[in-house]
Amino acid sequence: MAARGCAGAWRRGWQRGRALPGPAPAPFPRGQRAVACNARGGAVPAGESGDLAPWVPVVGLEIHAQISSNSKLFSGSQVQFAAPPNSLVSFFDASLPGTLPVLNRRCVEAAVMTGLALNCSINKKSLFDRKHYFYADLPAGYQITQQRVPIAVNGSLSYSLCIDNKMSQMVTKTVRIKQIQLEQDSGKSLHDDTRSQTLVDLNRAGVGLMEVVMEPDMCCGEEAAAAVRELQLILQTLGSSQAVMAEGQLRVDANVSVHHPGEPYGVRTEVKNINSIRFLAKAVDYEIQRQIEELENGGTILNETRAFDSKLGCTVPMRDKEGKQDYRFMPEPNLPPLILYDAKSLPANMNHQQVINIDWIHERLPDLPSVKREKLVEQYGILPEHSFALLNEDGLAEFYENVVKQTQMKPKRVIGWVLNDLLSYLKQHSLTVKESPVSSFLLADLLNLLEKKEISSTAAKQVLAELWKGEGKTPLEIVKEQKLQLLQDQEELEQICQAVIDRQENE
Amino acid sequence: QVSAALKEGRVTPTELCQQCLSLIKSTKFLNAYITIAEETALKQAEASEERYKRGQPLGVLDGIPIAVKDNFNTAGIETTCASNMLRGYISPYNATVVQKLLDQGAVLLGKTNLDEFAMGSGSTDGVFGPVRNPWSYSRQYKENSVPKSHSEDKESNWVITGGSSGGSAAAVSSFTCFAALGSDTGGSTRNPAAHCGVVGLKPTYGLISRHGLIPLVNSMDVPGILTRCVDDAAVVLGSLAGHDPKDSTTIQDNFKPFELPNLTDVSKLSIGIPKEYHAPGLSGEILALWSKAADLFRNAGAKVVEVSLPHTRYSIVCYHVLCTAEVASNMARFDGLEYGHRSEMNESTESMYAATRREGFNDVVRGRILSGNYFLLKQNYEKYFVKAQKVRRLIANDFVKVFRSGVDVLLTPTTLTDAAPYREFIKEDNRTRSAQNDILTQAANMAGLPAINVPTALSERGLPVGLQFIGRSFQEQQLLTVAKWFEKQVRFPMIQLEEVKKHDRDVFQHEKSASFS
Repeated sequence: MAARGCAGAWRRGWQRGRALPGPAPAPFPRGQRAVACNARGGAVPAGESGDLAPWVPVVGLEIHAQISSNSKLFSGSQVQFAAPPNSLVSFFDASLPGTLPVLNRRCVEAAVMTGLALNCSINKKSLFDRKHYFYADLPAGYQITQQRVPIAVNGSLSYSLCIDNKMSQMVTKTVRIKQIQLEQDSGKSLHDDTRSQTLVDLNRAGVGLMEVVMEPDMCCGEEAAAAVRELQLILQTLGSSQAVMAEGQLRVDANVSVHHPGEPYGVRTEVKNINSIRFLAKAVDYEIQRQIEELENGGTILNETRAFDSKLGCTVPMRDKEGKQDYRFMPEPNLPPLILYDAKSLPANMNHQQVINIDWIHERLPDLPSVKREKLVEQYGILPEHSFALLNEDGLAEFYENVVKQTQMKPKRVIGWVLNDLLSYLKQHSLTVKESPVSSFLLADLLNLLEKKEISSTAAKQVLAELWKGEGKTPLEIVKEQKLQLLQDQEELEQICQAVIDRQENE
Repeated sequence: QVSAALKEGRVTPTELCQQCLSLIKSTKFLNAYITIAEETALKQAEASEERYKRGQPLGVLDGIPIAVKDNFNTAGIETTCASNMLRGYISPYNATVVQKLLDQGAVLLGKTNLDEFAMGSGSTDGVFGPVRNPWSYSRQYKENSVPKSHSEDKESNWVITGGSSGGSAAAVSSFTCFAALGSDTGGSTRNPAAHCGVVGLKPTYGLISRHGLIPLVNSMDVPGILTRCVDDAAVVLGSLAGHDPKDSTTIQDNFKPFELPNLTDVSKLSIGIPKEYHAPGLSGEILALWSKAADLFRNAGAKVVEVSLPHTRYSIVCYHVLCTAEVASNMARFDGLEYGHRSEMNESTESMYAATRREGFNDVVRGRILSGNYFLLKQNYEKYFVKAQKVRRLIANDFVKVFRSGVDVLLTPTTLTDAAPYREFIKEDNRTRSAQNDILTQAANMAGLPAINVPTALSERGLPVGLQFIGRSFQEQQLLTVAKWFEKQVRFPMIQLEEVKKHDRDVFQHEKSASFS
């Protein structure tokens, strides 16, 4: 069964005789991307080895999103990034004997919001379990998670991809969400090999996580990256997680395997330690290619866990995780089943503070990115690719709307200025929209001049370049300074032209 | 009575405290206490005295010396669970039940001895040695037990307290405190209560907070109450019961402390006698006593019926699976990393863990962890754990059916025999002994029901025998009312201990002390 949503198939991307060198494989050369993920279907012919059977890559994702909350999932200690080691650890987090878990309401709400946003069925009764393994960053010797009955199941996430690397054509894909479960985060351990010791920081131990499991409906790094990006935007819109990968608030593990069409799924590997969306795409693509190489060379794929080495751009086996672990799952006896209500099942005299009403939460969900995009398209007449780009950058959509409000220029024209000129400047200088030296007011001002035909398009670009310096001048001031005004006066124009002609004749 | 004495000023809290501390010292051979918190206890007594002087005692428990089993966390006081793993562990917080008692002005004398991590039925398997039953030294026992030979050392004839809350039972029994906390997972409060001749109450699961009680089996553990009479147990229960936000398994409903009525008319009562509790190994003596008790109720006008709890005989095996599984899980946190014993071994984290756990736990604990892990393996989970959970449901349903048929309270023996001599007891291993001794008490833990041991009479050997009442869920008031009536009828004799006699007797008098067996 071919992976859903990916009609393309893979072929070896290079010519015979050029095998991957040595033990540390070189990063996969960009120019020779054999990505054949295209919606139009059909295998993309590759190198000279024309008669190899096509491969179907299959990618699934397990995403851990740290819940944005004041305190941890089962204890009252604070949640904060980069605090002094072991300063945010309650007795329960340190697993002191006799301590018991108490469920954090906010974390449950965050999970319900996320489940609803991902079109899941929310389980009105879900259960907590213990997953046992010994590790220095797991003080209790077990993690509290939801293995039997998670809080939400059977959802979907739609995301968009650009085909052919151009912004001209966008295609929408869907990935099924298997489930969302609540679980505890572990602490952090730092291995100090020089002193043969491990340093354990339990600040993160017990922080609430939502594990979002995406079915293997994706077929390449690009799809995986796009899906994660969309999830990130959704989580940030909901506020259920800040989802900043660099701060460890969003962690992605990829499950990758390859098989021939019509044959059963191949052995999969799990790729961990991916720190950014960009690296996610790289890691997945590398792993797909590695597996294809291995199998075509007559080797086998081990069901193992691999880490992504961002410096080398490749995946390597992880030394800590060997073989299959039996986690000896057991129901968590200290937590009764989690019962959620909806408008129908809510008991009459129940205090609204004491329970969670799914319908109540549903009514208060903010507009999701996909809805926001549609609204932008509808309201301003821009293309879907445009609204996609607007939402893809934090604060950009707001900026655009502010400009539109303050200018007479048609929104369809404004979009070009925002996406092409403004955004590329920001990218070049690694600035966020918030940090832009050109405010929406200034840009609107400039565009008004253009709209009133007081300056030309070229002149406007020049003014913008000047505005970037952030010297506090208004567009009008710059125009006057650099004498960029368009001349409207017929007579004046004739005079200038005549002067130019005269000069020419004299030379 | 002692509370009244404090109020009236006939005795002061510090006097009381000092007397208890002194008695503890002179009964040291019982090995009932692991840690004695002398300094803090005296300070608490002084504070209590101040309150009484101002006429503002906090309640009935103000100034009352109590003892707490060493598996409850006590802030600033060593909490060991009688294990090398927690030797020297000073807890940073008070268990909720401990805090509640302290908030009522109770004086915490010390931590009592137990089987290591509450695993056992004799209080013989802790690292601080076994607890001796005070009755071993009573005149009643000495007069009635026949020494095997004249040359036999009297010392070696001492009997066990039962377990695992043996220290607490011995402490209450020997008058070194007025009430003690134990824990009950399979009978660990009721069993030693029976052997030591004191009242042992196991409340309904979910009534009293477990926060701070180092767990054995989270789904069955309850804090237990040991006192010298049923009224006292009701008082302590009143101060402990109620919802605790720190323990998600406590019920939300408001608990109202109650006073026990002096029941005179039992004609409206229906007492159930479960036939399966006539278990193999039940001594003829106890069987007769049980029968006599049933007659007592019948003759007083109560309805006494034979009932059946058909799945009783499966409870031990079911308990074994569920208990060891939870133990394996609960003990996983003892790795030497954050607290407790840490081995010197430092080749790798794994080897440190392994060595720490080997050094820190005794064989009993390690055996249960091994079994538990076996039952939790993926391939075994359905076969054992899930099956045991289903059997547990059947056992619980047995009780539901019986109570639904109109029975108010069940009457059963608490133990199979009176207390065994230590040298006999240790002839079999912990697991065997536990399986034998838990049979009459275990099912109540399975079903989460309240149960109480009431000391009934002395055996031929001069040792206490108790009978057990099992009540409906959260119906402690009814249970204790019946227990109190029964207690009044049987008038269990007071222990005659040399050491106690030497101390001021007036303070320790009870209403019924006049009757001797």
